[in-house]
Amino acid sequence: MPIPEKTPGWLERRLPVMSVLRREYIAFPMPRNLNALWSFGAFLIVTMAAMIASGLFLAINYTPDITQAFASVEAIDRQIPSGWFLRSLHMGGVTMLFACLYIHIARSLWYGSYKAPRELLWLTGLGLMLMVMVTAFAGYVLPWGQMSYWGATVVLNAVHTIPLIGKPVSELLLGGETLGNTALHRLFVLHFTMAFAILAVIALHVAALHVVKPNNPSGIDPVSPKQTLPFHPYYTSRDGFALCLFLMVYAGLVFFLPDLLTLADNYVQANPLVTPRDIRPEWYFAPFYAILRAVPSRLGGLLLAVGSLAVLFALPSLDRSPTRPATRRPLVRLSLPLAFVSFILLGIAGMHPPTETWLIVSRVAMAWWFIHFLVVMPLVSEREITS
Amino acid sequence: MTQSETPPPPGGTKRRDLLTTATVTLGCAGACALAVPFLNSLKNSAATTLSDRTLEVDLSSLAPGQDMTVQWQDWPIFIQRRTPQMLAALQTPGHIATLRDADSKMLQQPKDATNWHRSVRADYGVLVGICTHLGCVPSFEKPGSAPEAEGGYFCPCHGSHFDAAGRVAQRAPAPYNLPVPPVTFLSDTKIRIGHSAGDPGFSMSDIQQI
Repeated sequence: MPIPEKTPGWLERRLPVMSVLRREYIAFPMPRNLNALWSFGAFLIVTMAAMIASGLFLAINYTPDITQAFASVEAIDRQIPSGWFLRSLHMGGVTMLFACLYIHIARSLWYGSYKAPRELLWLTGLGLMLMVMVTAFAGYVLPWGQMSYWGATVVLNAVHTIPLIGKPVSELLLGGETLGNTALHRLFVLHFTMAFAILAVIALHVAALHVVKPNNPSGIDPVSPKQTLPFHPYYTSRDGFALCLFLMVYAGLVFFLPDLLTLADNYVQANPLVTPRDIRPEWYFAPFYAILRAVPSRLGGLLLAVGSLAVLFALPSLDRSPTRPATRRPLVRLSLPLAFVSFILLGIAGMHPPTETWLIVSRVAMAWWFIHFLVVMPLVSEREITS
Repeated sequence: MTQSETPPPPGGTKRRDLLTTATVTLGCAGACALAVPFLNSLKNSAATTLSDRTLEVDLSSLAPGQDMTVQWQDWPIFIQRRTPQMLAALQTPGHIATLRDADSKMLQQPKDATNWHRSVRADYGVLVGICTHLGCVPSFEKPGSAPEAEGGYFCPCHGSHFDAAGRVAQRAPAPYNLPVPPVTFLSDTKIRIGHSAGDPGFSMSDIQQI
């Protein structure tokens, strides 16, 4: 007996939000074989929400002026009630955001989630990564400590040397001859404008996901309803449990190890005459920093650092194989993990002083990263035999 | 179906296309024009010319092998008094072979400092302490300390090396030698930074790169 159609209610006739929610978040068919790596998108959404909330309340107490910025951040840490918590949540959030981003991207690389029909999902995701990087850079300058100052100096000078667009862009950000008040104010505006722009692109990313549906570890899209499960209650409860574990790690970082990933030099106010001896980027920029240092040419280093991300954008056209997961591609199953190791090695190298050993490690790792994407992937997708 | 289709007048669609194109083009032009004042507001409003301020520095307290930092034009200026060993090290052929621009061909110094020691007088070196890679301030390594046995400048940001005369090492990412500011010796132990008696036409705004 067919269930009689319910007459749509007052709200439904005017704005069908409830039926859209039901369709996209309750009845939405999910592949039944997703593994834990498919929870990282949910982690990213939750972390982003924590960043926006803590960021808004930090902005209320922050002063974007070079004479007061450092003191206002110290006041947030020491005088504003619960200010220490907001700042710790915001700083720890950056680490959680980047860790989840890199795992989320690695998951997509391993299971071939960038392939048709999910190219736009992949490209909006990479766009989000770039936007998060710009936002993280701008945010790191705001406390106006030594690391803030010299990090900003290096990045703005690097932008300046990019042919054609570099000079106008860096002058736009700097707004003066030297890194000073104008630049700090502009980076503050850039920081929170980008945060809201990220929200908009997340909406696009999620909308694209709901059109093309999630990939799964087998790489074969489910064809019958038997191969799917409704999003609620199956994946809501599973993501909910995964989120509890994730929040435990996040809370551990916020409450027990707030200084684990910060550098002591950033608690010294910016001094344009002295560069700290032990200057290091934050861990999430270390792989690109290692590339910049490993190439004995300024433009070359910049091009390769940017190129290491550009190859990801080009991946849908470099890898033409219709087989998605690396698990079913014998050569990719070897080459891709080595690329992951290269990325991690570059990160470790970037955190160490540039001794000969670390320079060699950086160069080898960098070479493999590019060989994997530019040589192995196109060649393998031409002639591999998949299982 | 009683709907009667009147055929479009000859050239009618063409005229409509033209109107659409013209409207879109004008709209875009208007949007671009409107963007001009917005972008203008972001321009650097402060005076961009370098001040012609000079700075006199007394060097009488500087012993051989020592270095000091003063501030001129918002830049850190390194002043070092060189020992005979440091000067000898600058001329070693083995060392010169490791440099990018050993003969100071790039315009990074006034004419009176375009020499093997890149200074007006061999026993004093004066350099703008800003790495030509990405703008950090290098630190002075005394002779004998690692990694440059002959002493020099080491940039903590990306590991660029400069010798005691500010000449950049080939294996470093920095592209140019450290800039030399215009310097005039007023007496044996007193210099004026900002004016060069040996190259009066020299201006810091002409050099390759700070």
